[in-house]
Amino acid sequence: MEKITTHTGVGVPLRRSNVDTDQIIPAVYLKRVTRTGFEDALFAAWRSDPSFVLNQEAYSAGSVLVAGPDFGTGSSREHAVWALKDYGFRVVLASRFADIFRGNSGKQGLVAGMVAQEDIELLWKILEAKPGTEVTVDLETRTVHADDVTVPFQIDEYTRWRLMEGLDDIGLTLQNEADITAFEEKRAAWRPKTLPAKHLPKVDIEPARPVS
Amino acid sequence: MAGTLAEKVWEAHLVRQGADGAPDLLYIDLHLVHEVTSPQAFEGLRLAGRPVRRPDLTIATEDHNTPTLDIDLPIADLTSRTQIDTLRNNAAEFGVRIHSLGDADQGIVHQVGPQLGLTMPGLTVVCGDSHTSTHGAFGALAFGIGTSEVEHVLATQTLPLAPFKTMAITVDGELPPGATSKDIILAIIAKIGTGGGQGYVLEYRGEAIRRLSMEARMTICNMSIEAGARAGMIAPDETTFDYLKGRPHAPEGEDWDTAVEYWKTLRSDDDAVFDEEVVLRASDLEPFVTWGTNPGQGLPLSANVPVPAEIADEGERVSAERALEYMGLEAGMPLRDVTVDTVFIGSCTNGRIEDLRSVAKVLRGRTKAEDVRVLVVPASARVRLQAETEGLDVIFKEFGAEWRNAGCSMCLGMNPDQLAPGERAASTSNRNFEGRQGKGGRTHLVSPLVAAATAIRGTLSSLSDLDLEGDVDLTTFDGTPLAPLTAPSFV
Ligand code: SF4
Repeated sequence: MEKITTHTGVGVPLRRSNVDTDQIIPAVYLKRVTRTGFEDALFAAWRSDPSFVLNQEAYSAGSVLVAGPDFGTGSSREHAVWALKDYGFRVVLASRFADIFRGNSGKQGLVAGMVAQEDIELLWKILEAKPGTEVTVDLETRTVHADDVTVPFQIDEYTRWRLMEGLDDIGLTLQNEADITAFEEKRAAWRPKTLPAKHLPKVDIEPARPVS
Repeated sequence: MAGTLAEKVWEAHLVRQGADGAPDLLYIDLHLVHEVTSPQAFEGLRLAGRPVRRPDLTIATEDHNTPTLDIDLPIADLTSRTQIDTLRNNAAEFGVRIHSLGDADQGIVHQVGPQLGLTMPGLTVVCGDSHTSTHGAFGALAFGIGTSEVEHVLATQTLPLAPFKTMAITVDGELPPGATSKDIILAIIAKIGTGGGQGYVLEYRGEAIRRLSMEARMTICNMSIEAGARAGMIAPDETTFDYLKGRPHAPEGEDWDTAVEYWKTLRSDDDAVFDEEVVLRASDLEPFVTWGTNPGQGLPLSANVPVPAEIADEGERVSAERALEYMGLEAGMPLRDVTVDTVFIGSCTNGRIEDLRSVAKVLRGRTKAEDVRVLVVPASARVRLQAETEGLDVIFKEFGAEWRNAGCSMCLGMNPDQLAPGERAASTSNRNFEGRQGKGGRTHLVSPLVAAATAIRGTLSSLSDLDLEGDVDLTTFDGTPLAPLTAPSFV
């Protein structure tokens, strides 16, 4: 994972609340099995609307998304984070995020910063008044800076540290492998195992056919 | 120290306590895998040269992309086929058990775990799917994770997690006839909002919850995520133990006794402190339907579509206006006047045997409204078999419904079962987001009973709109298990 301490890029005002992950990336795009190349899928349903913010020249190269409350609700699809990253976003700011989305963001190096709603409104005003304004997000000081305004944002300590160190989660956990093994040795016998598989009697399944 | 159910399960899985703001490291008992959120995780393992640490705690099934017709033919949609083939190849390469299309244990991942007896009280259960909260109905701590976390669990069988907050939701009293557990959860979401559960594990309790069958409890826990919560839980009791006993992977002999003894300790202590408490009276509830484009936009069926101009909060007003426009509804019109094109009965919320039984009871001997398409999609192949053993499939077919093979189907429309633009559905699934069931499709979330009544009348309806004959015993619709079966039980 790439280290990130500060990021500066064009801010994109997304004046919508409750942007769920189906809006960020509709389910049809989830069929892909790769980990990259989702930029075309981002906000797919809205992108066909010429007035949609990303279709405006000044914002199209944006990398800091400033959204309404409850961003990333709904399905746990991490594709939402990949799509945002593949498009070029490095930071999303909102007053509230869905938990899973926030977790996914941290793991993928997308900064999800919580900014008070009145500060979001402030940023929206700046970005709308001067389209193309660059926003600087500083993880060190936990501040967002745009034009002549600086506002604080919140992010949990651990995620911030990992983002700044660019650390891979699995590697970190495997440093504690001895603890995991010790835990496994104490696990109760009744806890289920999927293998060897136990089945009910095998039964053939009839395929349903279209009703004519 | 007094603790909540969630805290007890959490503590029993601590591999390592987090220090200095680092999260706790939690052991994962059961990892469920499906084709949509796993390919990139397996790819990650492969790239890093890591094995699956515990294939024996992992199980995969195909559900989101699987067709519900012609399942013996190759999948027509190329991307769907690729995703399923990828899962099969990954399962073979990493030694993970898989239940593929055509197998009796194939089905929606949140039905397969419980029916095999793999989901039990006191476990930590994860899956790359937000509706993993379903398994909380057994008193497991079960939650959805993203693909990076799927990879993390595959590689380490653990997850770094910051503790959740806890919320008690007490549902007192008795459900009135015709209301179901689906109405309980829709009412809860309408009350606390789609963000109301954020950061919380919800624990459902109270008399109305205790009286519910496992299937009905699963419906409630399933939709916890629609209130924004990470997980929903219900303390295990005799209903839970009865459901589990004798299932393929349930403990046996002495192990069963030890397990039950432990499971009985899995309840919130009387003096446990929750971060938040909500109380609801079941007797006040009536069948609920959603009118908007998020699950919090729901109202009793007897209500009218909201008038946005009357909503004080600006955000809510704008969102209601948008929703009504998308849904093609007139402000102030009675919800009962809304005509539907499709009725979808299925999904991990309401595609279980109890759901199909209650629907069949209503549909038996009645005829479908003209021009309404009715799809009945069992949650798993076992549920389908069970329904066929009980003759439910015949009732559905005689009614004019399509009886399909198992899978997620129209819940999210990743297979050909989709709504056309502008088409309106009464759906027993869990999400009414824009385009969820097909581009431009309009979704009203309903209980199986409302779905059944709607299929008969063609407009959003409840049982009270039907002229029910004496043979339909309303009291069996409160979620308590229906009459003992003469047929062998698979699910
Ligand atoms: S039935 Fe619907 S909600 Fe459930 S797992 Fe499938 S897609 Fe998700």
